[in-house]
Amino acid sequence: MAGLRLEGLRKSFGQNEILKGVDLTLADGEMLVIVGASGCGKSTLLRLVAGLETPTAGRILIDGRDVTRLDPSERDIAMVFQNYALYPHMSVFENMAYGLKIRGLPKAGIRAKVDAASALLGLDALLDRKPRQLSGGQRQRVAMGRAIVRDPKLFLFDEPLSNLDAKLRVQMRGEIRRLQRRLKVTSLYVTHDQVEAMTLGDRLLVMHQGVPVQLATPTEVFERPADTYVAGFIGSPAMNLLPGTLGRNGTAVSLEGTEVGLGTRRYALPDGHGVILGIRPEHVALDPSGREWPVEVVELLGSETLIHAGRTGAATLTLRLANGAPVGEAVRVSFPPEHLHLFDRATGLRLDPA
Amino acid sequence: MTGRFIPHAVLTLAVLLFALPIWIAIAGSTQDSAVIARGELSLIPDLAGLGVYRDVLLHGSAGAGPVWRALLVSAGMALVIALGKIALSLPSAYAVTFFRFPFRMTAFWLIFLTLMLPVEVRLIPTFQVMSNLDLINSFTGLTLPLVASATATLLFRQTFLAIPDELVEAARMDGAGPLRFLRDILIPVSGANIAALFVILFVYGWNQYLWPLLVATDPKLDTVVIGIVKMIGLDTATEWNKVMATAVLALIPPVAVVLLMQRWFVKGLTEGDK
Repeated sequence: MAGLRLEGLRKSFGQNEILKGVDLTLADGEMLVIVGASGCGKSTLLRLVAGLETPTAGRILIDGRDVTRLDPSERDIAMVFQNYALYPHMSVFENMAYGLKIRGLPKAGIRAKVDAASALLGLDALLDRKPRQLSGGQRQRVAMGRAIVRDPKLFLFDEPLSNLDAKLRVQMRGEIRRLQRRLKVTSLYVTHDQVEAMTLGDRLLVMHQGVPVQLATPTEVFERPADTYVAGFIGSPAMNLLPGTLGRNGTAVSLEGTEVGLGTRRYALPDGHGVILGIRPEHVALDPSGREWPVEVVELLGSETLIHAGRTGAATLTLRLANGAPVGEAVRVSFPPEHLHLFDRATGLRLDPA
Repeated sequence: MTGRFIPHAVLTLAVLLFALPIWIAIAGSTQDSAVIARGELSLIPDLAGLGVYRDVLLHGSAGAGPVWRALLVSAGMALVIALGKIALSLPSAYAVTFFRFPFRMTAFWLIFLTLMLPVEVRLIPTFQVMSNLDLINSFTGLTLPLVASATATLLFRQTFLAIPDELVEAARMDGAGPLRFLRDILIPVSGANIAALFVILFVYGWNQYLWPLLVATDPKLDTVVIGIVKMIGLDTATEWNKVMATAVLALIPPVAVVLLMQRWFVKGLTEGDK
């Protein structure tokens, strides 16, 4: 089994602790996406696994073998970098063959592996070109080819699509997913882009300030965010987070005087407990009998309309409506109980009903 | 048209300013020495006098040996200095840029400091060292003290600093060790810079005067620059046509190097080739 295991991984640069203890187990062939805002430690985590940095504490095991102190080249891994990091003076073929050449593979063997990888990536016709004669997408493909020919136990992707334009990014995203499924190589993929995170990962690891906040499938991260940070980070536009207090024996939340029922759910917390009510913009329902919110901004996006409502200085609410919905000076909305998320106001953690 | 007149005039003037002395040397080399000495130099070369080139190359002039020999010494010196400086500064810049070791910055600043101490400043101590090593009047003594170079180290360091970290890391992932990285990635990637530096250093070595004058008194080790000076006698009649012919000959190799490597030279100084 070629899995990956991280045990209590920490990294400090001087006084500055970037990574505050990460434990993680990846199954064979699994693709885990590490997502978070810049500075959350996700790139550091990847570089530790790659062997480009040495951890301050903790262990890294690839395929059951402790590689914590090993050189990157001895770890049997391959990495795809954000700016491709192709050798500018080498042809596409040489770029892909370089690692194999160093390992002393016979020429025929190298040829066969590079040919197989370039066929897989559609690079056959470009093998003699230099990187500067290639487009961004082609360069990224060469970088992936360089990783594939090594036949590694583990793929590492460091924001590989960030330098591509939006259209190409969507296309390459699909390609990476298909390749990974086909080759069944365990992969770690770092990104700050939540769409990439949602579409690529078997599981997601959301990082925040050096701490893993949630590790779950994309669906679960979206439907049951572990805390307010994840709730606000995953999903676009972000989830509405409205401060309130628990009431009616834990079955309702009071928001600035308006009461929002929680349906059949009941929380085993004292009334008056500070909570944050979360609801995604697409779940807010127009309701003539609901509370009135003054409309601030209307954004027409073509297939949908975003409405930002609320009073200046007070809580704001974002609504996502299908096009054609009538929008006036104000909207009356209600919050369907089945789509509500509840978080503790003091800790930010998700609250579950009793 | 009027808008272009002044720039053109200035440029023409500049070209004349640079080209005229060279033309006078070429024209003068073909004329009779006595005519030049009287100051009656014509700007039109006398084709019949072209034999002087063959003459100086093979036999030299009073006070100096044959010029072919001096050209050979100059070329040898310039090549050894240029290649030696590159061979020395490339690894030293590599070390201070890519490796973490104790006193790394101290080493770098010590190298930097030598910028303030060119050969001319440390002439006497350098001569003393060469004398103690018994290297006076030898080709080694002529070239060795000029090989150490802070300029080249600094230039390479700048080039290396501009190389993206990810390229270094990609090579590490590919399993390239330090020497392999230097050979397979760093030197090819810095090719244009190396070529540019070679041009500058070759010309620098070719133009050396003070040090060769001091360290090599053996006429066999006379460089072409020294040879020209020796031809200008203080008491004997100077054969000016031969002096000018030698000057023209001395001009050809550095110009050839610059022209041949011009493409690389410009590339190396302007872009980073990344």
